[in-house]
Order: sequence, then structure tokens, then C-alpha cells
Amino acid sequence: MKNLKYLVLGVLFGIILTKSEVVSWWRIQEMFRFQSFHMYGVIGSAIVVGLLSIQLIKRNRLKTINGEEIRLADKQYTHGTWIGGTIFGLGWALTGACPGPMFAQLGSGVAGAAVLILAALAGTWTYSALRERLPR
Amino acid sequence: MLELLRQPWPWYVAGPLIGLTVPALLLIGNKALGISSSLRHVCAACVPAGIPFLNYNWRAEAWNLFFVLGIGLGGFISYQLMGHPDTVAISAETVRDLKAQLHLTDFSGLLPRELFALENLGNWKGWVFLVLGGFLVGFGTRYAGGCTSGHAISGLSNLQWVSMVAVIAFFVGGLLMTWVLFPLLF
Repeated sequence: MKNLKYLVLGVLFGIILTKSEVVSWWRIQEMFRFQSFHMYGVIGSAIVVGLLSIQLIKRNRLKTINGEEIRLADKQYTHGTWIGGTIFGLGWALTGACPGPMFAQLGSGVAGAAVLILAALAGTWTYSALRERLPR
Repeated sequence: MLELLRQPWPWYVAGPLIGLTVPALLLIGNKALGISSSLRHVCAACVPAGIPFLNYNWRAEAWNLFFVLGIGLGGFISYQLMGHPDTVAISAETVRDLKAQLHLTDFSGLLPRELFALENLGNWKGWVFLVLGGFLVGFGTRYAGGCTSGHAISGLSNLQWVSMVAVIAFFVGGLLMTWVLFPLLF
């Protein structure tokens, strides 16, 4: 079961997101209204730790537990980066959830999160269908 | 110790732990943290409908689906088993603003029941928050090539300028909704 380790890491990730209330609509509203440092602290310190870790991995040429070379793909710019990003931002303020938190909310017992996930799937599907006709 | 686990965790505990997920995924399997891709994999697995963008070997990316399944389980363990306060302790200013602007009265739970309870699908406001909101998240993240995890955490950690553009756009959208569209719509 080679995917079991990702399930375990996902469980830990879900616990952290929920325990820190990152999955709460209230916290996201507080963030977009600049009325608390909480979310900025979470995201900012996550980036700092992620950045230091990646530097450590690169400088020491660390390998995966299976001895593979660690590869990090560069993100490609398209006009979708800012158009899609803005569209996601509108949805983020409405739902108070990015994709990860939606799954944690559902697990925590919020039935409405099932609707959010289905609607997000519909959004992803619609983007996939329209992709060739959208500015890139 | 047990009491500490029950309480909400401060940013300086949660943030670094979220950051450590980036090297953890790289070290255990050469995977880049990114959650919105899971939505694409589910679409590819369930309703590919001959769409080129959904025609790929999603099974090779199954790890991502196990990761989000884990997130769901983590939400259950955290909220239902580890305990939680009834109300998220947001600032008094936010409470005041939300009362005035969105006419909310019930501040309990992770999300406002007055907007996200299933029975709200009977009114237009519920459709805006649940259906339109979710749709924009799914559409926008894929169009942008990532969400908060893929761009903000993983992308910025790897110094990707594209991710900086994306994160600024996330905020432009969020601020536009909160400061301009909320007052206009509600």
C-alpha cells in the first residue's frame, strides 16, 4: 500500500488545519478585513519554514527515502495565473475555504461542505471543458 | 498536555507544521504539496467526457486523493474527537462588521449556519455562498494552476514568481468580494 503514507500525512495536515481554525469561514473573513494576525501568521510562518526546508534539501542534495533525486518543477505563467487567481479569491472570501479546508470541514461534520466540494468539482470540470477557449 | 491538544492551536505552532508538510512530501515521495489538483483527478476519474484536459493517467496521481481523504479524516479526528470550543474566537471588530453587513446573529461553529446550513439551498443567499462560492474556487484554482497550498505555501517556498502573482490575485479577489461585493449584494 504505497499510498498509505500520504493518507497518514493527510490526516496530520487535516488535524493541523482544523486545530488552527484555518478551516473556519470566520478566520478567513477576519483575514480579508485585516482584523487579526492569525491567518497571516499561519501562512507566513508556513512559507518561511517551507522555504528554509527547500533550501536545506537543495544545498545538501537530499534524496527521497527511496534514494531518488528530489525534483521541484517550476510553475508556468499564463494569464490564468492572475485571472484564475482573482476568480479563486472571490470564491475564497465567499466560502471561507480553499480546497484543502473543504475536505476538513466535511470531516468535521459540516454537511454544507459536501455541496461546496460538489460545486468546486463542477467548477473544475467547467474550466476543463472551456480551457481551449479561455485566454492563456 | 491533553488540555493543550484540545485548545485551538496558535499560528506559531500551526504555521511551521504546515510548512514542514512541504519537505515531508518531497522526502517521502518527491511530491509537491498542492490540493486543488485532487479536484481535477476526481473529474478525470468520474466524468472525463472526452475533454482533453481530463484525459490523462489520473491513477498515477492517486497519492493526492489519499492525501485529501486523510485531510477529511483529520478534520473528523480534530473536531469530533480532540474537542473544540463552540465558537471561533474571532476579533470583536469582525463580529461587529459581520452583524452589520451580513446580518449574522449566530456566531457558533466553524462556519456560519445562517449561510452554510443545507436548508439555505432554498434561498438565493445560500446558492451564492455554497454553490457559486464553491464553483469559483474549483474554476479559479485550476485556471490559476494552484490554490493556497500549491501557490502560496509550496510555490512561494520554492521562490516561484508566478506564485507571487497568483497569491496577489487571490487577495485581490478576496478583498473585492469582502469590501465591494458584500456591501453591494447584501
